[in-house]
Amino acid sequence: MSGPREDDQPLLSVRGLGKRYGDRVGCRDVSFDVWPGEVLAIVGESGSGKTTLLNCISTRLEPTTGAVRYRLRDGQERDLYEMSEAERRLLMRTDWGFVHQNPADGLRMSVSAGANVGERLMAVGQRHYGNIRGTAANWLERVEIAEDRIDDRPRDFSGGMRQRLQIARNLVTGPRLVFMDEPTGGLDVSVQARLLDLVRGLVADLGLAAIVVTHDLAVARLLSHRMIVMKDGAVIEAGLTDRVLDDPQAPYTQLLVSSILQV
Amino acid sequence: MTAQAQQAAPVAVSVEALAKRFTMHLQGGIELPVVENVTFSVAKGECVVLGGPSGAGKSSVMKMLYGNYAAGGGAIWVRHHGEMVDLVSADPRQVIAMRRDTIGYVSQFLRTVPRVSALDLVAEPLIARGTDSEEARERARVLMARLNVPERLWSLPPATFSGGEQQRINIARGFITDHPVLLLDEPTASLDALNREIVMAMIAEKKAAGVAQIGIFHDEDVRDAVADRIIDMRQFAAAAA
Repeated sequence: MSGPREDDQPLLSVRGLGKRYGDRVGCRDVSFDVWPGEVLAIVGESGSGKTTLLNCISTRLEPTTGAVRYRLRDGQERDLYEMSEAERRLLMRTDWGFVHQNPADGLRMSVSAGANVGERLMAVGQRHYGNIRGTAANWLERVEIAEDRIDDRPRDFSGGMRQRLQIARNLVTGPRLVFMDEPTGGLDVSVQARLLDLVRGLVADLGLAAIVVTHDLAVARLLSHRMIVMKDGAVIEAGLTDRVLDDPQAPYTQLLVSSILQV
Repeated sequence: MTAQAQQAAPVAVSVEALAKRFTMHLQGGIELPVVENVTFSVAKGECVVLGGPSGAGKSSVMKMLYGNYAAGGGAIWVRHHGEMVDLVSADPRQVIAMRRDTIGYVSQFLRTVPRVSALDLVAEPLIARGTDSEEARERARVLMARLNVPERLWSLPPATFSGGEQQRINIARGFITDHPVLLLDEPTASLDALNREIVMAMIAEKKAAGVAQIGIFHDEDVRDAVADRIIDMRQFAAAAA
């Protein structure tokens, strides 16, 4: 971590982003930057616009206003919505990951676990079967899926295993930025803890940047460096995660933090 | 590092007119004044203790010094990589960098992370600064042994440890790095006499190494033993709105 760092430029810059669905506002006037190696949490309740925002910045949904700029590996900064469809798809396959709340949305349920991971490698041009299988096996181990499950299909996996498989599938190509939509959403609490610990370790080890959408403030506390609080499509408060949670300034953030049940 | 430290100006932290009040929006916007015009500085190798009764704002000042609470006004200048940087106006990434390299913090309570072992929790701040993970773990073992954390606990997550054991994990985590500024929020509160002595010796070693320390200690014996100066927080009490 010492020495010159290449992180003095943001990886992703969002400026004045807005999305309207007819008369309804999905999100409005959102601006922020994400730097390499940084985990940003976007928190808010249902209908706050956080998922709309995530979709707009990950090219899954075209925004009505504003710009999303991304710094490519060669240092060039590009507006995502000025890129061609083919360029955007290449970016999603190689440089990005997207972890869905429901693993079935991010996995192919009817092919083996090994193939789910290997497929991403083939998409970036790897052809050697032995290498692909070896890398896949290695990644299954990293997400704590036993080696003898490599030929099983995810439909035979538990929810927590499926989610870990989805993470392996996303990380195998060495992305620089990973989007996560409620990654622990449908999981039991004990399974959540295991997944969070895993994600936390992988993000730190790989130096990934991640944008995590969650309604769960504990998830934000554990995973993120910075957070953005959203309500009615707008950013209510932003800052260092522990500062926002321990000394919330906006009335809505104070309400959110004070609504957490203590155990 | 030592040659550099001797040549640099001695001030490590300089707090100027720092203020804090809480606005309780859920209680009709009640204003809770805490402190105002807090002004003091801490030199390298000095241990300054924040004094005064409960409610005088000691903990709030401590949390502002770590960037955990937002300041209501004023400045906190911290010598970070040789330059004085204002923590109050620093952006979040700058605060994170200052925490990684400059400002260490031993809180009263350990925030445990599910499934992370005590050993890894202690080694983490070193690894974050680029130390090889095996070397970091080795230093963590040495420190935990010194603080009499039983070896059978090292590989376990500390969620179920006793208060005193958790606190010693927290102390080890705070002391393992060579951060030039160390904040100590009642690090000896739930320790027995033997371990209290060990922590006092560790504070003395940090002083000798030129670390600027700012602490809250309720235990008078500890306070008298470690403090070069006591700053009475009552002089900075904020007037009610």
